[in-house]
Amino acid sequence: MNAADFFDAGLAGLVLAVAAFAVLSRNNYAAVVAFVAYGLLVSLRWVLLRAVDVALTEAAIGSGLTGVLLLSAAAKLRERAGGANEDARRCSPRTRLVAAVVAIVVTVGLGAAVIGLPDPSPTLAPLAGAALPDTGLGNAVTATLIAYRATDTLLEKVVLVLALLGLWSLAGEDVWLGRPGLKQRADPDGVLAYLARRLVPVGVLVGLYVFWVGADHPGGAFQGATIVAAMWLLAMMAGLADTPPVAERRVRLVLAGGALVFFAVGLAGLALGEAFLAYPVAHAKAIIIAIEVAMTITVAVTLALLIAGTPERPA
Amino acid sequence: MSTIANVATIVLVTAGLLFFVAGTAGLLRFPDPLTRLHALTKADNLGLGFVVLGLLPQVDGLFAALKLLVVWALVLFSSAAASQLIGRAAYRERDGTR
Repeated sequence: MNAADFFDAGLAGLVLAVAAFAVLSRNNYAAVVAFVAYGLLVSLRWVLLRAVDVALTEAAIGSGLTGVLLLSAAAKLRERAGGANEDARRCSPRTRLVAAVVAIVVTVGLGAAVIGLPDPSPTLAPLAGAALPDTGLGNAVTATLIAYRATDTLLEKVVLVLALLGLWSLAGEDVWLGRPGLKQRADPDGVLAYLARRLVPVGVLVGLYVFWVGADHPGGAFQGATIVAAMWLLAMMAGLADTPPVAERRVRLVLAGGALVFFAVGLAGLALGEAFLAYPVAHAKAIIIAIEVAMTITVAVTLALLIAGTPERPA
Repeated sequence: MSTIANVATIVLVTAGLLFFVAGTAGLLRFPDPLTRLHALTKADNLGLGFVVLGLLPQVDGLFAALKLLVVWALVLFSSAAASQLIGRAAYRERDGTR
């Protein structure tokens, strides 16, 4: 066993231990913190597997964004319980038993599927690599997302908008189509406002950089958009920016923009007589960048508004 | 030359790891949020600083070196701000003003 194996085994053990803690913890906050740590450890594991794109996404979405969502859910649960002990609100043993059985069946099924995979597994990787020059991209992951499996990515954009619509529809009658989230009252001369003023410009630049290098290196629209979304949220938390009313036309246009541009390109491909979402090779790179720009803006705004939550104030 | 660089890397990264171990021990063992924060910021600032300094001789090109330094600077800045915020929250909770 060499040093790398030793490190690997330690990391795997740590991932399992943190996962067990997140599941078994009786305190919601502790469970969420463990979940965030779990995501960061898993992304370290992805780096070791040389899947840096997946690692970036896991850290940004799986750990960061989902962690914030779960934290605010935990806070809301505690608010509803009126600060009473959380144990009083736990679901019945029967519900938990059913949940445990479902989780175990899914896990065992997944495990069996993975172990049963043929070896060597069938792969399209050589084909994908051979076609890479036609897309004008250097990163096979980006090519897969925007070119080879473009339909999946298009539908993913639609799902994001649907998720946001579902969230908005939870708003009460009096704040319907209002502004998401509570009004933030941070000290305008405080630490948070200072952090937001200094970090947001740098963070937006980093987000755009991650998006731009995604063409040839690990990175891409989704990861870059998450960073930009985080910066917008920081400005909101510091009271430097307010959430827009969800009825605003500009907001809705931006939210639909990613999927609309994607769809328009797809139809153009059909009109030119090839296929839905077929890009002419000569202009593939330009088309891909256009889609990615629209997608980055849409994803950034969608993710930020998902975190901002349901409308809670009149516009 | 590469031997000197490797020795520098090993010494500096080890120093950084020592700060991380000490910071983690403090985080686990210290009695209240403010002292735990004190231990943690040492790991963040000095630990990461030494690790970054130790990795500098190993990178090729000025751009990669600058990226490492920017990572350190960003972590310094955000952890300084975050520990201020946590510290103030802990302080207010202790005073019962919340």
